[in-house]
Amino acid sequence: MPVRTKKLPVPEILPAGTHPMRRYLRVDRLPHIWCSGCGLGTALSCFTYALDELGLTCADVGVVSGIGCTGRVAGYLNLDSYHTTHGRAIPFATGLAVAQPKKKVVVFSGDGDLFAIGGNHFIHAARRNIDITVLCVNNFNYGMTGGQFGPTTPVGARGTTAPYGNSENPFNLPYLAASSGAVYVARWTTLDARRLKAAMVEAIGKPGFTFVEIISPCPTNYGRRNRLGDGIDELRHYAERSIIRHGADPQDADLYPGSEILVGRFLERERPTFLEMYEEQILRKNHLAE
Amino acid sequence: MVTAVTKRWKTRHGYLYIQEDECKGCGFCIEFCPKKVLEASDRFNAKGYFPPRVIDADACVNCTFCQLICPDFAIWSEKEEVESADA
Amino acid sequence: MPEERILKGTHFLNGDEACAEGAVAAGCGLFAGYPITPQSEIAERIAERLPQVGGTFIQMEDEISSMAAILGGAWGGLKTMTATSGPGFSLMMENLGLGLMTETPCVLVNIQRGGPSTGLPTLVGQADMMQARWGSHGDYAIIAICPSSPQESFELTIRAFNLAETYRLPVLVMSDEVVGHMYERVVIDPERIEIVERRPPDRPPGEFRLYEPGPDLVPRGMPTFGDGHRVHVTGLTHDERGYPIIDAETQHRLVTRLKAKIERNADALESVEETDLDGADVVIVTYGISARTSHGALRDAQKRGLKVGMLRLITVWPFPTRRIRALADRVAGFVVPEVNLGQIVLEVERAASAKAIVRSVPHAGGAIHDPETIVTAIEEVLGDAG
Repeated sequence: MPVRTKKLPVPEILPAGTHPMRRYLRVDRLPHIWCSGCGLGTALSCFTYALDELGLTCADVGVVSGIGCTGRVAGYLNLDSYHTTHGRAIPFATGLAVAQPKKKVVVFSGDGDLFAIGGNHFIHAARRNIDITVLCVNNFNYGMTGGQFGPTTPVGARGTTAPYGNSENPFNLPYLAASSGAVYVARWTTLDARRLKAAMVEAIGKPGFTFVEIISPCPTNYGRRNRLGDGIDELRHYAERSIIRHGADPQDADLYPGSEILVGRFLERERPTFLEMYEEQILRKNHLAE
Repeated sequence: MVTAVTKRWKTRHGYLYIQEDECKGCGFCIEFCPKKVLEASDRFNAKGYFPPRVIDADACVNCTFCQLICPDFAIWSEKEEVESADA
Repeated sequence: MPEERILKGTHFLNGDEACAEGAVAAGCGLFAGYPITPQSEIAERIAERLPQVGGTFIQMEDEISSMAAILGGAWGGLKTMTATSGPGFSLMMENLGLGLMTETPCVLVNIQRGGPSTGLPTLVGQADMMQARWGSHGDYAIIAICPSSPQESFELTIRAFNLAETYRLPVLVMSDEVVGHMYERVVIDPERIEIVERRPPDRPPGEFRLYEPGPDLVPRGMPTFGDGHRVHVTGLTHDERGYPIIDAETQHRLVTRLKAKIERNADALESVEETDLDGADVVIVTYGISARTSHGALRDAQKRGLKVGMLRLITVWPFPTRRIRALADRVAGFVVPEVNLGQIVLEVERAASAKAIVRSVPHAGGAIHDPETIVTAIEEVLGDAG
C-alpha cells in the first residue's frame, strides 16, 4: 500500500441524491441487469445525455427494442418504450413512426437481433429511408442467451456455438447500412462516450434512416471466452486500437482479430424520407387527401 | 432500490457526487478520468463491489467524462454557476 | 380528389374488395401487408383507397414485418390491419402472440387456401381453423370470425375492428379463397354501420396503469405513443404496470386473465345463424364457404323429407360450446362439412360430449363440397341413429 502524502478529501454525506439523467429512467426498475463492465449502461447513459442535449422530453421520443441484453434498454427508459419480438423492432418502429411522424422513434437493439434474424428488416427500412434511428450495440455475440457467435463475430473468435472458433465472415455493419441507403452512418466504442453521445444527437436529430454502431465490451461472455479480460481491459483495447477517421469509406470498416477499429462519422447525406416520398409520389401527384 | 446515501466532494468549480451503493465496480471512471481524480475505495458496497472515491478533488475540472461513461448512473458532477464578469 | 371512407351505395364486389372497403369504412389508418394469393386484391384495393382517405399503405418485406408494423401502428394510435393466406399466417404467428400478450388491437385477415405448405395457392381451403386458435405458442384465447359472402366480408371486417378495440387484441377474420374471389352484391349503408372507437386511458399519466383490467377483464384504456403516458409495452410476462416480472405468480395472473378476457365474454361474442333448428333431427354445423354449399344440401335433404336444420357459425372462436351442448340434448346428430380433413368437427365432438352423433364431412381442399356428400352424411347419421 503506497504511503499517502496527501490526506483523502472528505466528502459530505447527503441523503439520497439524484443523478441528473435519472429523470429519463424508470428508477423503480434500477439497478439494471447488465453485468459489471458491460457497455450497455454507458450506451444508455449517453442516450439520456443525447436526449437532454436535443431538448427532447419523455413525450417526444419512443424507443423500440428487440430481444437480448440490448433489448432490455427499453425497459429502463421512462418514455414510451416497446420491447418487441426478436429481430422485429425495426418493422414495429416503422408502424409507430408512420403513425406519429412528428415524434422521434429510436430502435435500440443488438448485433444478433438487428442483423441475423432482423437483417431483412434492417435493409428494407434503410432502403425506404424510414425516419427512425437505429442504435446497434455490437458486442460480437448473443450475450443474453449465453454467448453464441453471431453475424458480427470476427473470424476465429470463440462462442458457445463456435467452440473451435467462428469460421464465417462477419458483416461490416457501417458498409451494410451505407449500401442499404442509410443517410447517417457512424461507429463509436463505448469508451468514446463523448463522441458517441454527439453521434446520437446527430443521428436522432437528422430525418431519415440513421445508424450508429456502438462497440461494447461483453466481459461475461464474448470477452471471457476470447480472453479479452474484463470490461476495463476491453476498453483499454479499444483505446489502443481505435482510429478516428470521419468520412472514411465504410468498406474499410471491417473488423478482424488484431485489426484497428475504425470509428467516426462515416457517412452523412440527404435523401427524401419514406413519408416525404409517399406524399410526393402518391398523394401530391395524384391530388389525394393529405 | 433506494440508495442509502450520496457522497459529495467539493471540486474547484463545483461538485462530484458518488452513489456508492449503485456502483458495480466496473472501474471505468477510475481508469479513464483524465485527471486521475479517483481510486477504488477499500470498502466494498452492499453488492460486494469497490466503488470509487476521490483522491484529488482539486484536480477535478468537472469534465463530466465519468458521468457519461458510468454504466450505472452512480457518479456525476455539477459545475457551479460562474458569475459573469459583466454582472 | 378526396374520397369518402364509407363507399355508400350498392356495389358488385368480390370478398377481398369488400373486406378492403370494410377496413376503410371502419377507420383503418394503416395497412401493412405482403402479396400472397388469394389475398392480394385486399392489398391492391386498400393501396388505392387508403391514400384517398388519409391513411397509409406499406407493402412490407414479408409477413413477419407486416404483423410487427401493424402492432407498432396501433400503439401509434391508428386502427391497423394486415391480410394474408396460409404460408403468411404461419409467419405471423410469433407476432400475433406479441399482439395478444401486449393486448394490441388490430385485424388479421386470412383468406385461406389449400395447404399445407405452398399447397394450392389459387384454390380454396379452410384448413387453418385450428391454427387460428392454437397457432401461436403459449396459452391464450382468440376471436375468429368467418364471412360467408362478400357482404359479410364487408360487415365482419368492420366488426373485427370493433371487437379488437372492445377486447384489446388482434382479431382474426378467417375467410377463404372462394368467398374472397366470388363477386356478389354488396350494399353499403352508412346508417347500418357502427364503429367502436378506441378507449383512451381513464386516468392521467402517473395514475393510469397500462394493464389494469376493468370488470370485463379488459384493460381500462389504451394510451397513444407520445401522449405523455410513457408506457412500457413488452412481450415478456408483465404486471399491471407493464413491467416484466419473471415469476409464476405474475404469469398466472396475466395469462389466466388473457384467456378469461375472451372466454368469460363468450356469450357476448357468440354469433351464429340458425336455419330450421326447431324439430331438426340433424343439424349441419358449418362456417365460411362451406355454409353456402350447406344451404344447398339443406334444401336437398329437406326436399327428401328429412328433418334437417343448420347452424352457421359466424364467430368460430371462441367456439359456441354451450349452444352445441344444448342442441346435442335434442338432436340425433351433427354433420360438419368443412374444406379440411376435420378441424372444427373436433370442437363439435367435444361440445356434444357423446350425446349426439357427430359426422365430419371433410374435403382436402381445392374445391368446395359437392352438396350431395353432405346429404349422404346426413342420411348416414339418421341411419346410425336408428
